[in-house]
Amino acid sequence: MKLYEYLGKELFNRFDIPVPRSRLVENPGQAGEAAAELGDVVIKTQVLTGKRGKAGGIAFASNPEEAKKEASRIFDMSFSGYAAEKLLVEEKIAIEQELYLAVTIDGSAQRPVVLASLDGGMDVEDVPEERMIRWPVDVSIGMQPYMIREICRRMGVSGDLQKEFLKLLPKLYRMFKELDAELAEINPLALTPDGLIAADAKVTIDDDALYRHQDLPRISEKTDLEKKAEELDLAYVELGGDIAVMANGAGITMATLDMVQHYGGEPANFLDFGGGADVEKTSKSLELLLGTDPRVLLINIFGGITRCDVVAEAFVGVKQSKGIDLPVSFRLVGTNEEEGRSILEKEGIKTFESMDEAVRHAVELAG
Amino acid sequence: MSIYIDESTRVLVQGITGRQGSFHTGQMLAYGTSLVGGVSPGKGGQEVEGVPVYNSTFEALENHDADASILFMPAPFVKDAAMEALDAGLKLLVLIPESIPLHDAMEIMAYARQKEAVIVGPNTFGLVSSGNSKIGIMPNRYFVPGPVGVVSRSGTLCYEIVGHLTDSGIGTTTVVGLGGDRVVGLHFIDVLKKFEEDSETKAVIMVGEIGGSAEEEAAAHISANMSKPVIAYLAGKSAPPGKRMGHAGAIIERGRGTFESKVEALTEAGVKVADLPTQISPLVKSVLKKT
Repeated sequence: MKLYEYLGKELFNRFDIPVPRSRLVENPGQAGEAAAELGDVVIKTQVLTGKRGKAGGIAFASNPEEAKKEASRIFDMSFSGYAAEKLLVEEKIAIEQELYLAVTIDGSAQRPVVLASLDGGMDVEDVPEERMIRWPVDVSIGMQPYMIREICRRMGVSGDLQKEFLKLLPKLYRMFKELDAELAEINPLALTPDGLIAADAKVTIDDDALYRHQDLPRISEKTDLEKKAEELDLAYVELGGDIAVMANGAGITMATLDMVQHYGGEPANFLDFGGGADVEKTSKSLELLLGTDPRVLLINIFGGITRCDVVAEAFVGVKQSKGIDLPVSFRLVGTNEEEGRSILEKEGIKTFESMDEAVRHAVELAG
Repeated sequence: MSIYIDESTRVLVQGITGRQGSFHTGQMLAYGTSLVGGVSPGKGGQEVEGVPVYNSTFEALENHDADASILFMPAPFVKDAAMEALDAGLKLLVLIPESIPLHDAMEIMAYARQKEAVIVGPNTFGLVSSGNSKIGIMPNRYFVPGPVGVVSRSGTLCYEIVGHLTDSGIGTTTVVGLGGDRVVGLHFIDVLKKFEEDSETKAVIMVGEIGGSAEEEAAAHISANMSKPVIAYLAGKSAPPGKRMGHAGAIIERGRGTFESKVEALTEAGVKVADLPTQISPLVKSVLKKT
């Protein structure tokens, strides 16, 4: 779960990481009031999409009138389809240098990794590899001062700035760990006459650990349909084509979409209804897909713990109760496939044995 | 020879009394796995499919020798159970559940490194030494002995590919599921090393997907260290960036983990990358002819 900048900064504050003084505002009037209080300000749209600065979502103002005008302009904008409900109005800080600091997870090393660079304020992908210091942390020893001194040495940092890092990095690491974060990023990390200040905050919390963070708000970037699928415990992604796809297992669902595209079709969605789904869950998956009004329905079942008779029963049930009047290409093999096929054949529904044939048929049907 | 497990590997089932645990206990026994005991705190004294159930891993080990454990329990309880098994001295753990918090997974991996134990998963179907023993949830009938080693990040797609192979008359030595999560124990490289050493394995199939950098790292390893032919299939060519495609680890983030980057790295390493899952069996046949 990605957090808005202002939420990330609230958490920074909780962990004693310095952030600029700020006000969160919901209309241009409030932005004016905030500027009256804070003086020279920077106004930032609160959206989850990156590159908001380049898109015009960040502005400076030196008086309340200007702040109101800029806030009003930004409220009218949308960023990758998202309009901001809130803006963050922050005091403008005196930045001497922009640095980069983050803690994230290195899957290959199975460890948290500290990323630090003297080149901050730009897209992290644009920082040259040799200018980005990476330090994996063994969780059994945690963040130790020697690691920070070593990171600083490799960056070419010493003296007062090293002292600043020795204060800051343990706090960022503690927050990363205690909040079950996947990413805690400060970019830019501003070097000011008052020391290091987090000028931005990108914090992502592990979705699978949210159950132990009931105090955090819930933020979703999902579409309404994706939210509905989430409630049904289905992995679902909207893709925009006209062939609705339903399969069991993440890998085979991806492979099915790839094959649809390979044969010239356009998949409408990714839907993995999981292994071992019962009739109810299978029916709900089907109903969800039918609700998206696709041109063709492609079902690809390779039953391991998923039973073919259960899928067939669910399909026939939905067909009888709701009606399925679009063309269907159905592949059904694996556990209890004979039972499954005979249930479908009674309803006059043909099935394919191979994934390849079923996908080609679906693409032909979509014409 | 076989890798990681063989017919003599003695296995515990943690979470044996649950719906999944008891079902797969039956399936593993049917495949020939030597299941010596089960663990379910508070439920000791029962039997599941004839397998005695104990209250703790330590209690099970007081009564039986065991080498490995397979875990079935809700995600929030996996860390405790895995730590218990490692502390009790088991050297191979198969973590079936998905949705384990990443920080829990990192702690499990750290303790396993200390204990020099192997972790398979989480979010895996497990592993099978074909015809000998399986510690996992894969459907029994597709896993018959033969000359091909298979290592995969996904479950059903791997069954699809192995099923094809079996139908075309080619069996497998060992099939390993790495798991679909971002932090997993075994990686491609670990398993590729084992296949390279395994005299029975003549060719290797690698089933990867978008997200992370495991395939790129595997490619570097293959080009420097592998003499056996490797054939790969990668899922997620059509996946949009920034969207999680079912698996927690299957996501293109900040321009990393793309399909193109993986195909390029593997192709450069001399790996044949199949466009479609159905092309794998013919490719395997042609490389086996040459060996």
